[in-house]
Amino acid sequence: MESALQVKNLTVHYGGFTALDGVDLNIERHATLGLVGESGSGKSTLARVVAGLIAPDEGQILLESELLTKKRSREQHKKIQMIFQNPDASLNPKHSIRQILSEALLFHRIVDRKQVERRCREWLDRVHIPGNALDRYPHEFSGGQRQRIAIARALSVEPRILIADEPTSALDVSVQRSVLDLFNTLKEELQLTMLFISHDLGVIHEISDTVAVMKQGRLVEVQAKAPFFARPETAYSRELLSAVPRMPKLSTTPGGNHESRT
Amino acid sequence: MMSIQPLLEVEGLSLAAKPGGKILVDTISFTLNKGETLGLVGESGSGKSLTLRAVLGLLPRGVEKVGGAIQSGASSAMVFQDPRGALDPLCPVVKQLTEVVYYRQKLSRKASRAAALELLDRLGLPDSLKHTDRYPSQLSGGQCQRVVIAMALACKPGILLCDEPTTALDVTVQRQIIETISALQKELGFAMVFVTHNLAIAAAMCSKLCVMKEGRIVEQGEARALLQNPQDPYTQMLMNSVLPVPELEGSV
Repeated sequence: MESALQVKNLTVHYGGFTALDGVDLNIERHATLGLVGESGSGKSTLARVVAGLIAPDEGQILLESELLTKKRSREQHKKIQMIFQNPDASLNPKHSIRQILSEALLFHRIVDRKQVERRCREWLDRVHIPGNALDRYPHEFSGGQRQRIAIARALSVEPRILIADEPTSALDVSVQRSVLDLFNTLKEELQLTMLFISHDLGVIHEISDTVAVMKQGRLVEVQAKAPFFARPETAYSRELLSAVPRMPKLSTTPGGNHESRT
Repeated sequence: MMSIQPLLEVEGLSLAAKPGGKILVDTISFTLNKGETLGLVGESGSGKSLTLRAVLGLLPRGVEKVGGAIQSGASSAMVFQDPRGALDPLCPVVKQLTEVVYYRQKLSRKASRAAALELLDRLGLPDSLKHTDRYPSQLSGGQCQRVVIAMALACKPGILLCDEPTTALDVTVQRQIIETISALQKELGFAMVFVTHNLAIAAAMCSKLCVMKEGRIVEQGEARALLQNPQDPYTQMLMNSVLPVPELEGSV
């Protein structure tokens, strides 16, 4: 498989603290890499470096064999889009949904002015937000809906890679479920390449094709999903997996609510 | 066991926003016996935390009790969700804990400090705190939460109220904290009300469960039985939202 993104020997220092320590990573085209780790392990730093928000001290980032440098062109920025944990902070509260969506479309010249409205409606429809939302403001929506709007904005500019940094951590469990279902549908429909960051192994299991584990700025393990969850190679991954609280086995459940979904 | 008066009895409790505003918690009732753990589960806005605060008598400004009664046969203490927010950032932790012991257990200053250090030791905090006191900002989130639990235990509560004590923590730390709380409960025999949105944790910790939705208890009962055979569609929906993590190979 071709790789969509290659990261080589990436190192980032914050003052004396090493946030990323020689990270090598490969994301295949049309695949989702789930990045897990505890807080402070450097997951978000890695995402920000790839998105170009932080300049690395060392190392290279290759997007489909194109080298990304500190100074990126508009086109290069367009190719990597990011969704943040907190949709309240990433959507401008003084802009209507129309402004929020059309700004991205016009800035990256995806469509011309005449077609903006139609494209906005298409995207809202895709993320299951009613079309009359266009003239409303972010505060009028629930957390889950805001996150859907953020997803629509990120995907509307047709990025090569979508980075999602804990996109469901601030949401309730049932809303989290529906947002993850949306991610999975979009992944199929649009053949997305994703870097999906979460500290929740349940979420990672739901969405990823490959799992990468980070600890103190280093990548400790990269494996395909199924073997990772059954037989993690490193002791640290095993420790992480065994610490996840699980539902107790409920022996006699006729019709079972706990059939494992894949 | 049958004739024992319940430790905590909440009878038709209703809470509303002042003045005469929206009903936030609507006529809920539950009882808690000695040594039991009651789990309140539900999504945000379901009134779990408010119920807990009502039990403690620490309702946030603008919320008032409009009906019902809370009868409690023991003192209660609370562990909050955000340990950094629950500690005074300008006061070193041993000093903070000593103060709680001093006022609540009415010991001398010196004995208070000894009792505080013993509590910290019991919660598995590093020995170095004995010589050099530290500020909350110098401790990790898990360590801060242990200090908060120590402070709650310093009140010698009959009921420990836990408001999502592990939500802000990493999974490995979360497990340590849960193990610590369970061990302490066995040792000291306090009853617990445990608020969480994580059904897996609730299932592991609690003997009884109340499922809350929009201020009402939609279903309550024995934890195992309830999870085995959920009656209310909301409970079923919550259970279906739990993302499964496959078992490790070679584990039990």
